[in-house]
Amino acid sequence: MRFRQRFYLAEVLVGLGVTAAHFFTNLGRHTARHVFGSKTARGAVTFQYPEERRPYSPRLRSLHRLVRREDGSPRCVACMMCETICPARCIYIVAAEHPNPEIEKVPERFDIDLGKCVFCGYCVEACPEDAIRMDTGILEFSSYSRRGMIYTMETLLGLEPAGPDGTPRSPIPIPADRMPSR
Amino acid sequence: MSATLTDLGIALGRVGFVMLFVLNMGGLLTWVERKQSAVMQDRIGANRASIFGLRLFGLFHPLADAIKMLTKEDFVPARADRTLFNLAPLVSVVFALVAFAAIPFGDVLRVGGREIPLQAVTLNAGILYVFAMLSLGVYGVMMAGWASANNYALLGGQRAAALMITAEVAIGASIMGVAMTYGSLDMMEIVRGQGRPLFGWLTWIPAWGIVTQPLAFILFLTAGIASTKRIPFDFPEGESEIIGYFVEYSGMKFGMFMMADFVETVVIAGMTTALFLGGWQVPHLAADGFHFPWGASAPLSHMTVVILQVLAFCLKVAVMCWFLMLIRWTLPRFRYDQAMRLGWLGLFPLSILNIVLTGLLILWWPA
Repeated sequence: MRFRQRFYLAEVLVGLGVTAAHFFTNLGRHTARHVFGSKTARGAVTFQYPEERRPYSPRLRSLHRLVRREDGSPRCVACMMCETICPARCIYIVAAEHPNPEIEKVPERFDIDLGKCVFCGYCVEACPEDAIRMDTGILEFSSYSRRGMIYTMETLLGLEPAGPDGTPRSPIPIPADRMPSR
Repeated sequence: MSATLTDLGIALGRVGFVMLFVLNMGGLLTWVERKQSAVMQDRIGANRASIFGLRLFGLFHPLADAIKMLTKEDFVPARADRTLFNLAPLVSVVFALVAFAAIPFGDVLRVGGREIPLQAVTLNAGILYVFAMLSLGVYGVMMAGWASANNYALLGGQRAAALMITAEVAIGASIMGVAMTYGSLDMMEIVRGQGRPLFGWLTWIPAWGIVTQPLAFILFLTAGIASTKRIPFDFPEGESEIIGYFVEYSGMKFGMFMMADFVETVVIAGMTTALFLGGWQVPHLAADGFHFPWGASAPLSHMTVVILQVLAFCLKVAVMCWFLMLIRWTLPRFRYDQAMRLGWLGLFPLSILNIVLTGLLILWWPA
């Protein structure tokens, strides 16, 4: 250490200069914003989270949704690709017969256990029908029990893709253990 | 009879003003700590506590803190010494609070033929009193460490005691230079002495302690920060990593230790103001109004002068609190041995040197 650094006091003053400069710069910006109504001055980098959301990247993998066909039925053909590739084994599909003999299978149940899901996105990659996507922008799903983390086909079919800046368009699904009927 | 009652009222008023000032400043400092650190670090800071949707820049957070602390479980460890355990936070906070009593917040106020010194207690050895009260705070810390029946708390208490003794010695020795310069141990006299102008071509500068005793100012400030046990000297507490003397405390008892820290910050700011920043002195303001060295003067009434002086004192204390907070949010923590080396091999010899230099200057240059 040089003498000046060993003496410490000069270095303390330099450090105080840095923090004081930040303090007064930011104070001026806050004043410009809140007192003089400036739109551009920002005294802090904070996003006031629930009210103010940071724009998400379109590549963000968020809560899954199941895509519908034009007639409203699920696109999923119960081929089990996603269930097979899922490294967390969180997808559970039960296939059923379709009344139309030309259509091989339809899903009767399509559950995702989000308590196990690792959000790798392999299910989206594996799907030959583009029936599952992870573009809802919803990240805030939570539950008081493990049971509540299992999302059923009806819930997943009801979700909308996120807006252009990543803002979710559908409300956060209420988990099964907090349904109003109970 | 009525005269005694008036005297009692005046005495209560003086004490009440100081108490309210210190307590409110201490409470406000919890808000300042959050907001100032946030502004320094490009953040916004706590702003969520609201009453009917009114947030007021987070000013309700101290209130929310108080409610939280009071409603939390008040836990006493099974093997703890109950009496000492309950007494320790009280001792810490009370001695920090009463230390402010000897610090004057204004000159003598003359109302209705009475002369009221604006000071909670008039003491002719005021410095020694403040110094003694700050030193007694060590007992609360040691009691907390001992009574918790926890080895970590005990070690924290030992560190705190070592640090505070180190700091007190340096504070005492650096104050001596000030007392020598102004020739009194009475805080009021010291503040009055700082109203005189400097000599020679420097007469436009008032003889504040920071001008006449610059070395003592730095030493006192450093030791003062150490005695508040806050960063950079927070190894007795070390909230998250090294476990301090109040590990076993919860609820409002923990809150009292926190409050003692903030109140000590206010006391150190008040002492620095009184001893080095001219106390209630406004530059060039005499008892009958402003007298500027270039000849201009503006006569003011006695009441205006007193109000200006009290405001000047409050402003100076607030600025000092801001500066102490700036230091607290800028510097990293000293290690125990580093702080001991700084205290005993740096601050203490330098303050002795300061006493010797001051003595020599007074001998050679009696003015």
